[in-house]
This record gives sequence, structure tokens and C-alpha cells, in this order.
Amino acid sequence: MDTTIERHTIAVLVDNEPGVLARVIGLFSGRGYNIESLTVAEVERDRGLSRITIVTSGTPMIIEQIKAQLSRLVPVHKVRDLTEEGPHIERELALVKVAGMGDKRIEALRIADIFKAVVLDATLSSFVFELTGTSDDLDRFIELMRQLGLVELSRTGAVAMSRGSEGL
Amino acid sequence: MSETHLTGAEIVLRALRDQGVEVIFGYPGGAVLPIYDAIFRQNAIRHILVRHEQAAVHAAEGYARSTGKVGVVLVTSGPGATNAVTGLTDALLDSIPIVCLTGQVPTHLIGNDAFQECDTTGITRPCTKHNYLVKDVNQLARIVHEAFHVARSGRPGPVVIDLPKDIQFADGVYVGPEHVQHKTYRPQTKPDRAKVEQAVEMIARAKRPIFYTGGGVINSGPRASALLTELVRLTGYPVTNTLMGLGAYPASDRQFLGMLGMHGTYEANLAMHGCDVMVAIGSRFDDRVTGRLNAFSPGSAKIHVDIDPSSINKSVRVDLPIVGDCEAFLEMALEIWRERKPRIDKDALAAWWRQIEEWRAKRCLSYEKTDRVIKPQYALERLREHIRGKDAYISTEVGQHQMWAAQFLPFEEPNRWLTSGGLGTMGYGLPAAIGAQIAHPNALCIDVAGEASILMNIQEMSTALQYRLPVKVFILNNQWMGMVRQWQELLHGERYSESYSEALPDFVKLAEAFGGVGLRATKTSELDDVIRTMIETPRPVIADICVDQKENCFPMIPGGKAHNEILLGPSETLGEATPEEGMVLV
Repeated sequence: MDTTIERHTIAVLVDNEPGVLARVIGLFSGRGYNIESLTVAEVERDRGLSRITIVTSGTPMIIEQIKAQLSRLVPVHKVRDLTEEGPHIERELALVKVAGMGDKRIEALRIADIFKAVVLDATLSSFVFELTGTSDDLDRFIELMRQLGLVELSRTGAVAMSRGSEGL
Repeated sequence: MSETHLTGAEIVLRALRDQGVEVIFGYPGGAVLPIYDAIFRQNAIRHILVRHEQAAVHAAEGYARSTGKVGVVLVTSGPGATNAVTGLTDALLDSIPIVCLTGQVPTHLIGNDAFQECDTTGITRPCTKHNYLVKDVNQLARIVHEAFHVARSGRPGPVVIDLPKDIQFADGVYVGPEHVQHKTYRPQTKPDRAKVEQAVEMIARAKRPIFYTGGGVINSGPRASALLTELVRLTGYPVTNTLMGLGAYPASDRQFLGMLGMHGTYEANLAMHGCDVMVAIGSRFDDRVTGRLNAFSPGSAKIHVDIDPSSINKSVRVDLPIVGDCEAFLEMALEIWRERKPRIDKDALAAWWRQIEEWRAKRCLSYEKTDRVIKPQYALERLREHIRGKDAYISTEVGQHQMWAAQFLPFEEPNRWLTSGGLGTMGYGLPAAIGAQIAHPNALCIDVAGEASILMNIQEMSTALQYRLPVKVFILNNQWMGMVRQWQELLHGERYSESYSEALPDFVKLAEAFGGVGLRATKTSELDDVIRTMIETPRPVIADICVDQKENCFPMIPGGKAHNEILLGPSETLGEATPEEGMVLV
């Protein structure tokens, strides 16, 4: 049996009704699956649909189970494994607060520029940067900021979409 | 269509009636009084008052399992709902269609820690197939109809509708079931024909085949069992049933190898281990069936038919997964088989049967015949003789008696065996027998019980008396929590921690105290008379059968062992030390 751990990004279209997120999260915690990140927001107001993007990891058999279990939830319309179904794009947004004076402050600003981060807030002793990119991009930026006075971090988790003209 | 305005409570009753509901099992309380008022003012639906909400769900399960209909439960908020949780979980694990209405505090009090408030939808989310909190009376009718659709479609299961009290009083519009269609929930029932063709080919080419069928065949309806029997006979192949699947194939038939799994027969387990093609239909490779996973049927190609895609490849990797309803699969497979008339390898099959007959010759269910003490197996063999040919429904509690009942009682038809398989709920049997008796007033409904399990829902004797239900409780009384004692003996160095049933009641007097009839047998010579009297007495009866205290249930595949490491009897021990990994497995 294949025991390699794979990371998969799964998009789930659900009815935007009370408890639907609890159902999804409860499924993961109740069956001992991993959630690396999870994002949710309404995407179609008239049809009352929300889209959940879950990044999870497990053996191929576990990933298959996760998809089958998600599909079984009554308010779930669609489950798509973006990792399996071909090329797709993933993006995450982070807010990064860095405090410091002197050289470190200048270095932080220079690196932010290299990463094309946006300065959302600035004081004489701090910046709040906004950075959008792949989760790996964000990891690298944050790692550098740690050494330059990182004081607070907020990340959205990944959202994702397949490439090409097909919809979900 | 002209709009019908009713109160929420009336909408509930009307919707239930339009769904064909004839009986509700319930218990009143503050938050469901408007519905009880509506029940009082109508005659179409009968209400059965239980004595504990857990029993309401088990009774509804017994009703559902013995009829194939949806069982309906009505309980109040707070403790009413939490008491129902065990029953709901039981129904979820055994895929029993249940609609459970729970009262809730008025919407403006939700979240206030009001009297008898609990987060019912939160608590029941993981133990139901789906649940609803009704916040708008105009959605109520739709939700009730949807709940029935969800409960009975696909893989059946329990659905909770949480009903705040103000919604029950409010006026709203009623819509009939014909106007309600669920937005998304349409489980696949028709299997892919190409895959069924492939399955038929694999089945036809097998040299050492076995059909391994489960509760899904029962849930699919009686026709699925008839089709299964037809297919098995057409092929001449051996068949084994899971605990939940007993009755799908006539137990008396030569091709039936008995139940498989932890306490299944030697021949069924060894045939599973040695087969080259396994045809799993409506069974889910439960850990009690597979034993040690990495040694489970190592050489076989596996076909798995299940209506629930999440059951496929969950624990055992299969070669041909087929999503669909068992009846639809069996019908298609039979049609293809008849069309193609495949030639099977008769010599290989004959050799396979010779091997199976060798295993069968071990007579794995044999036990010591003695007059000294009533052996529990003997008591069940006598019960079997007395109910032969009768219109009987058997329920059980959980433990040794349950396994012996599965091994020794004859199930020739589906829907006649009511047992808690997945959750293993002690206290299941008596309310389940009550539910079956409500559905089949003239049938013989027997709860095969243990003296420990029966005490978990003994209060339901009152329900049986109130409705003059002649249910029979057949207690195999060994004064121990027998299965716990057996594991302690075999796996925990004979340290019998807390498994002796101290201070048992006198079950004869207890039956009489409830207004029923109590009987007792302590010697083999008394057994037949007691069973005869029990069956002939048209009232609730408790028969206290005092059996051998030390008898263990065999065969047994100890936890962490493979099918071919099955123990046949007390003479075969586990070897020197108990394997650690076996001890940690449940």
C-alpha cells in the first residue's frame, strides 16, 4: 500500500447555510484528517453558494477518503481535487507587521520591495506589509522578516483555481 | 395550488401523514407540547410512549429494520435530545433510516442557556446523516419532506429536525411532498454497466470464489435478497454474511457458510482468507470482519459493490469498485450472466467446495453437550427448534449472547434480525423488539439478551405492558458481562475487573413487578417447558435462563490476528504471551 504523504488542494462548493463549515471541519477532526489551511467565503449570492478551499495532506487512500466523505455531506454540491485534476493556481495573502529602527528597518523595506509587497501602514518604528503569492513565497518572505523584527502575522490560507477555460 | 395555512405543529403532523408515517415513538416535554397537542387532536398517526428517549430511537430502529420504512422519533429539547444521541449514533453506524424530531427552546432564547436548552444540531452533527434547525415556519414542511428523502435515499441514516417551540406555534404555509425536491442530494443508485460486465467476467473466471454480503443487501429491500439468492444459486458459489447481513441468504442452504468475522465460522473465515475472487456486496470491510488488515485475504481480487462511495477503499484496497444500489447491481449482474451464459471452471469449483467441506467438518460451533448445566448454545438451539416455521423477529442486546444468537439462530429471510452491529449498543434489544412488535402485532418478537445488557433499558417493560405487546425477553443469564469476562480471561491474565454482575435482580419477580410474566430455567430439563410457555403466553415475558457462567464464545479471531489464526475453542490458546498489539485493539 502506498504510504507516501501527499499534499492536496481541494475546492468544495457548498450551500451557504448555518453549520456547513462545522460539518466540514467536524469531518476532518472526527476522522483524524489534517487541515493545513481552510478558507471559505460566499461566491454566489443568488444561489447561496460558498466555496471552501482546503489544503490537506495524507496517503493517497486517505485523500480519496477525504473526497468521498466530503461528497457525502448533504449540503455539498461539488468536490474537486485541484492537485489531481491538473495544473492550477494557488494564492495566499499575508499581513506582516515588522517593527524596528535603523538598518533593519531599511532592510525590511528593501526585501519587501523585492517580493513586491505593499506597505499598508507605516509609522516611524513599524511597517505593515501586504504580500500575495504562493504559500511558499509567503513562507520565504516571513522567514526573512523574522530576523528583521516581525511582531505580528496574519495569513488567509490558500485559495485556488484550475487553469484553462473550464469552471468548477 | 391553493395555500394551506397551519400551525407549525399541525404542519409536522400533516407532513408526517403525507410521508406515510403510521407510528411515532416518543416522550413528551416542555419544548414539544404543541406537537403533542396536535397529536392529541388527530387519529391518523399512533404515538408510542416509551420510558426513555434512547429507547424511542431503538424502537424506531426495530420498526424500521423489520419493515424497511423510516422510523420516526419525537423527543423534547435538552435531555430529551441528549438521551437520543446513543440511538442516533447506533442508527448512523448501522445505516437505519430514522427521522428524529427534537423540541428546542423558542428561537429568541437560543444561545441563552435557557431551561432544557442544548445545542442539539451541534451535538448531533457527527451522529446523524444530516440535521436541520428550523428557524422559519414556512420552511418547515419542506424540511420535513427533505428529511425523509435524505433518511431513506442512498445509504440510509438518521436525520434530526430541531424545532423551536415558537415555530411550532407559528402559522405557516404547508406544501406537500410532491412539491419538494432536494437541491443537491441525489445519490447514485444505478451502477455503471461496463463495470458490472467486468464483475460478471471476474466472477465467472474465479476458481475459489466467495460472496461476502452485508447490511446493504438488507437495506436495499427484500428483492435484493431474493436476487442475491438467485445469483448465488446460479453460480453454485459459497456465500457468507456479515452480522448485519444475516437473512439476506437462507441460513439453511448448503451454499451458506455462516457468518464471518471475529466470531464467524471457521469455514467462512478460511474461505475468505483463501479465496481468489471476493465479491463484496453491501458490506464494508469492518474491522470485526477483516481482522488484521495486512493479512486480510491476501491472494484475492476484490469486487466491492456499495451505494456509499466513502465505504469503498476505506480500509481495504479493492480491484473493482462499483458504486450503486445492491438490488440494481444484482439485477444487472443476473441479466448479464443469463445473457452471456459464462462457462465456469467446474473442476476448480468442485475442488474449492471439497476444501470448504473439510473446514466445515471441523464443526466449529460444536460445544460440550451436558446435563450438568445449561450451555447458552444449547438454550439457543432449543429456542431455534421452538421458533422454526414461526413468524419470528429476533433482536439482541450486545455481547456473547448476541454472537451466539447470530451463530445458532436460523435466519431464512431478511428484516428478521435486529441487532446493534456497528455501535454495539447494550440496551438495544428490548426497545427494538417493541418496535418490531408494533409493526408486526401478531408476530413472535424475541429479544435474546444478557443479564447485564437487559438492565440498560429494562424500563421498557412498562412500554410493552402499556401497549399489550407480547414481546419475549430471553435472558442468557451467566451473571457476568460475558464478553468482557471472556476478553479478560483470554487477553488480560484472568483479572476479572468489574465484570461480575453483583446484586442482580430476581428477573422473575422483576417481570411480575412490571405486570408481565417471569419464567426461569436452571436445569436443561426445564428448558423446553420454559421456552414453550414463553412462546405460548400472549403477554410480555422475561425468561431467565441460568446458563454456564464460564462458557466462552468460539470461534474467535483475537484482535490483531488474521482470519487463518482463528481459535476454535478453549483447548486452543493464544500462545505464550498475549501479543501487545492485540491487547490495544478493541
